[in-house]
Amino acid sequence: MSGKLTNAQIAWRAAQDIEDGAYVNLGIGFPEMVARFQVPGRQSIFHTENGVLNFGEAPPPGEEDWDLINAGKKAITLRPGAAFFDHAESFAMVRGGHLDVAILGAYEVAENGDLANWSVGPKGVPAVGGAMDLVHGARRVAVVTDHVTKDGKPKLVKRCNLPLTGVGCVTRVYTSHAVIDIENQRFVLREKLPDMSVDELQAITGAPLVVPDKVGDLVAPEV
Amino acid sequence: MERALRILEGRIQRRAAFAGGLLVIDKTVPNIAAAVAEINDGMTVMVGGFGGSGAPLELIHALVDRSRRTGSPVNLTVVNNNAGNGSIGLAAMIAAGMVRKMICSFPRSSDPRAFTEKYLAGEIELELVPQGTLAERIRAGGAGIPAFYTPASYGTDIAKGKPVAQFDGKFYVQEPWLKADVALIKAELADTLGNLTYRKAARNFSPLMAAAASHTIVQASRVVSPGDIHPEAVITPGIYVDRVVEVPNAQQEEALIRQGVVYA
Repeated sequence: MSGKLTNAQIAWRAAQDIEDGAYVNLGIGFPEMVARFQVPGRQSIFHTENGVLNFGEAPPPGEEDWDLINAGKKAITLRPGAAFFDHAESFAMVRGGHLDVAILGAYEVAENGDLANWSVGPKGVPAVGGAMDLVHGARRVAVVTDHVTKDGKPKLVKRCNLPLTGVGCVTRVYTSHAVIDIENQRFVLREKLPDMSVDELQAITGAPLVVPDKVGDLVAPEV
Repeated sequence: MERALRILEGRIQRRAAFAGGLLVIDKTVPNIAAAVAEINDGMTVMVGGFGGSGAPLELIHALVDRSRRTGSPVNLTVVNNNAGNGSIGLAAMIAAGMVRKMICSFPRSSDPRAFTEKYLAGEIELELVPQGTLAERIRAGGAGIPAFYTPASYGTDIAKGKPVAQFDGKFYVQEPWLKADVALIKAELADTLGNLTYRKAARNFSPLMAAAASHTIVQASRVVSPGDIHPEAVITPGIYVDRVVEVPNAQQEEALIRQGVVYA
């Protein structure tokens, strides 16, 4: 169990599944890292819900234009063929089924596809942003996450305990230990760390894993 | 109609129109204080911008100045994606005690203390709305659509108590329109008829808010004559705009936050 994936490696793995020509929304924080690992020879167009299509890397420090930001309020640059639009249009792209992939973070993912990623409970100031919109409409809604919490508790669970972001919306989960599809309200194991047994993985997963005949090795380069 | 066509036909026609005394609509006001003079206690105010991008700082500060000086306006309901950052703009408005209620999607920022302190002290009400729902509610308000259905928030705490309906086998939540007495908007160019363009990603909520408010007030980096903005480049048509004030070299909220500027 030595070789669990770093966040960057999880992001790298998620990036391998983004097909050429895809329109992609990356949630703020960890999922934004996926953009760094675009597969050579493939082009994807990134959408940010504050109203930009086809943005690129962050500008060098000192060259930020703070009118040109992403949903995480970080400075971005434009690629040739970028477009600006208002917020209603931006979320029409989201809910209207025009995005191919949305990749989000998670506090918990349940075997029925429910996602909790916006609130850890009633304390403090609640904030939801675009998470509840983003889980609807993209052809694939994928999650990138550590397999367990900082205290070692499963993040892949039978039913979410935290407030839900969306119901039955997640289709694939990329974790530090495995790649898991959600099919017919079950976790289906697609890839796992090569030096980890299915039993070991099951022990840190909060709901039963369906294990097909062929399970791939989850291997990522040093990134 | 004839007047409108003449405006569209450009500079030479427009000069002719001026010469003939036909062009009478002019929405510009001479200064920022005059632009916000009609905002009163208890109004609902939409404020354009997403974080610092598109935040109409000078209009907000003019309103804060007036409230500090005269004690009005107060008791406002403010609609914005966020709830202020640092000690400037919307955060200064909240800190000055002018805001009774925030309607927003994400009341957090790099320094959300102004809102957080009032919220935790029970001194400000919060209506939390998913971002796309917030945008569509404002759009609906401007478009005369009293309610609509969205998949966002179905099955979550946010949907509690709201009507739900099934379409093509999927569940959707009913959300009402959102309208305002006033919108405060930052534009790049405005002509004297109120046609607007925006800078980069700064348009975000502003075109929607301009339509959803009964009185739309715009600060523009530059005010130009009708015809100087090509009709195909207009983002917000002037029909939605009531007041325009020129604010050259407008300040950028995020840039000020990073310099640690406090509005006091």
